Amino acid sequence: MRLLLSLALALGLATPALATIDIQPVTSPQGRSAWLVEEHSIPFVSIEVIFAGGASVDPADRAGAVALMTALLNEGAGDLDSQGYAAALESLAGSVSFDSGRDQVSMTIRALTENRDQVVDLAILALTEARFDDQSIDRVRAQMVASLERSARDPNTIAQQVYAELGYDGHAYARASDGTPDSVALITRDEILDAHRAAFSSDLAYIGAAGDITAEDLGLIVDRILGDLPAANAPLPMYRSYAAEPGVTIVDHPGPQSVIQFGHAGIPWNDDDFMPAYILNEIFGGGGFNSRLMTEIREERGLTYGIYTSLASFRFGDSFVGRFSTANETAGEALALVREQFEWLANGGITQEDLSRAQTYLTGAYPLRFDGNESIASILASMQFQSFPLDYVNVRNDLVRAVTLDDIQRVAARLAAPEALRFVVVGQPQGIE
Amino acid sequence: MFNPLRPLAVSLCVLAATLTSASADDPQRFSLDNGMEVVVIEDHRAPVVVHMVWYRVGAADDPAGHSGIAHYLEHLMFKATDTLAEGEFSDTVEANGGSDNAFTSWDYTAYFQRVASDRLDLMMQMEADRMVNLRLDRSDWLPERDVILRERGQTLESSPDRVFGEQMRAALFQNHPYGRPIIGWRHEIAALTGDIATEFYRVHYAPNNAILVVAGDVNADEVLALAQQYYGVIPPVAGIPARARPTEPPQMAERRLIMRDARVGQPYVNRLYLAPNRRPGDQREAAAFQLLAALLGGSSQTSVLERRLTYDEGVSLGAWAGYNGDAIDHGSFSLGIVPVPGVSMQNAEDALDRVLAEFIETGVDADQLDRVRMQLRAEAIYQEDDTQSRARSIGADLTVGLTLQDSEDWIDLLQSITAEEVIDAARALDRRQSVTGWLMKEEA
Repeated sequence: MRLLLSLALALGLATPALATIDIQPVTSPQGRSAWLVEEHSIPFVSIEVIFAGGASVDPADRAGAVALMTALLNEGAGDLDSQGYAAALESLAGSVSFDSGRDQVSMTIRALTENRDQVVDLAILALTEARFDDQSIDRVRAQMVASLERSARDPNTIAQQVYAELGYDGHAYARASDGTPDSVALITRDEILDAHRAAFSSDLAYIGAAGDITAEDLGLIVDRILGDLPAANAPLPMYRSYAAEPGVTIVDHPGPQSVIQFGHAGIPWNDDDFMPAYILNEIFGGGGFNSRLMTEIREERGLTYGIYTSLASFRFGDSFVGRFSTANETAGEALALVREQFEWLANGGITQEDLSRAQTYLTGAYPLRFDGNESIASILASMQFQSFPLDYVNVRNDLVRAVTLDDIQRVAARLAAPEALRFVVVGQPQGIE
Repeated sequence: MFNPLRPLAVSLCVLAATLTSASADDPQRFSLDNGMEVVVIEDHRAPVVVHMVWYRVGAADDPAGHSGIAHYLEHLMFKATDTLAEGEFSDTVEANGGSDNAFTSWDYTAYFQRVASDRLDLMMQMEADRMVNLRLDRSDWLPERDVILRERGQTLESSPDRVFGEQMRAALFQNHPYGRPIIGWRHEIAALTGDIATEFYRVHYAPNNAILVVAGDVNADEVLALAQQYYGVIPPVAGIPARARPTEPPQMAERRLIMRDARVGQPYVNRLYLAPNRRPGDQREAAAFQLLAALLGGSSQTSVLERRLTYDEGVSLGAWAGYNGDAIDHGSFSLGIVPVPGVSMQNAEDALDRVLAEFIETGVDADQLDRVRMQLRAEAIYQEDDTQSRARSIGADLTVGLTLQDSEDWIDLLQSITAEEVIDAARALDRRQSVTGWLMKEEA
């Protein structure tokens, strides 16, 4: 009661003019584009480059090749060995890091204004002239295999993997981004070089920058970073929504708990209904506040510590997916409850109060993402990667507020499909046929 | 030393009118009529605000016999007030997409929220409410005491490293309450009551003992108007005790501890020295210790201890140095080494002392000094990007009695410290004012 009063107060306030994020589109001398938030108050810049492809370009029998290649980029480049490279960056107080994922490899640069060009040189050196020394390959591969072996015993990883294989059969998303202990063990140095060529191409790059840099200087850097890279040369996967036969798969796994992953097709991120779907997910099983699933399955019945769903909308596929764990004895009961909740969702269960609460939460949480130059640069690169319009960040909260209960119910009827649910249960569950 | 309780001499409108003269980036400082200090850091890069209230009271102000009361009260501040239900504060922040937290140190207790900047009003309303309206029923404080005893068990007693650290500190300070754990000694926590907490709250939680720090997408005049509306109406409390803690006697003998525990994975040697703190207008000595710590232990690849002990001699798995000078009464300096299996604790300690002596003998490597200065300068620049950590460091500085000027001077001071000053700081480390501990595996 009091909570609602407080919320009403928060929403009813005469709000001061909010800072807007002023994004400039930048075109480089050679015609490449980048987005920039120019902010000269602090003398450094963060630059994020997203290269589309990522693990999706791994050969079918070499899952993890791009991940292994990416982990080796900081292990020495050009004339510098691994320690020499680290010392060179340290003396400039800059940083260069790489990260690989399902759809992309990203490069993150942070450099003081006073030595920006030298740090960018080191970044380009790592990007284009990484040494891939045999010693480094052996060491990094061993670390990766050890970590994959650990996670191969983790029931969450197993559930995720089996779920992916069931609904993305024959598609890149059926493979684990980091590969398996077996696939990574097989990767040769030549295949690492292949992965390098496939993962970095100048025409599948999206660049965001934030901080103390002009559009002109950024344009020059964009051309320097991308200038020596080849054009796209690896086939990208076709888009596909998750499609598995409905039903339950049980994977026997020792232990007192069962991990249950569930879901069906989702919605593409460029769909006109994506925003209502996003809010719907937040209400149903999002992580921000007490969702419907948390209330029904944790709070009312104590069957789990946490249950979450997400719109797993990626560049080449989508799924509406969730996961939780529960005691083996209650697995059957909990699974039936999840089904019931999907019925509730599909049949217009969400109320105006649920929607308002989610709108308050989402519009409040959104600005917190713009947490300094590095976050902003990364958001700018992601927005281009996902084809968002330039002004999106400044209208996004209005778009959230504009969603009506009718929108939500229309999308719920379209998205939620209890009869299509695929469950993967990893454990020794009871009460499941 | 500045007087934090200096009453406001001019009206708020006059103050607001003068605001434009300050550059938007620099923190701006005001006082409300009731003595509450206000610091605003404008940062309009994103529509986010960090709202913090810092109280000039911490664990070193716990009355003798009631260790842990400052920390206990921090927990109790999330209970019901006259207008908010238990847990409603955090629920409201969360429902608005924000995050909130609180922390207790020896010298301060702070509460903060990070939210969209259009929700600052609500944060102030709730934070001002619990500055005066906390209502501690037995059903609130009794279970919370168990929560803290469990917290002590889970985060401290379950870890031999943490217990060892607590013992080291207790041995370093012979009279000053810095020797007490922030969370409190178990037997004293168990005897805390709602009445003791309420008394502590009544004495220390008041606008004239608090600093408001607001950082982010706000205008100083708007913050000031809101602060006046919510905090300005709270009457000041008379008789807030001066922060005159029991002081250290001259320390005449080094202390040595051996702790054995079956759960120890990696044995190590740790040494803690008393060191100067950062003093208002007088931080040069502290800056030299900060630089000394960075040179000895600031980088796992290139710092003196790691280079000599881990790479050249191969006697350690890791070695460190650290300095903490952000305190009202005393700073501390630490050195440590994790010996490789087969090297005895005594040999490891001797190696550590030998490298320190050699460092004093041979002096500072000029290239390394340049690199360290570069890193420290860059850190200061990168930190400005992180509004929350900037607000936090200013709040901490002010509650330990430093000024905004001291905060600003600190980076330049670090840059200006000479190699000779670093060596002088190293020479000043006095074994008679130290405790050396060996944490070892229990023998079978």
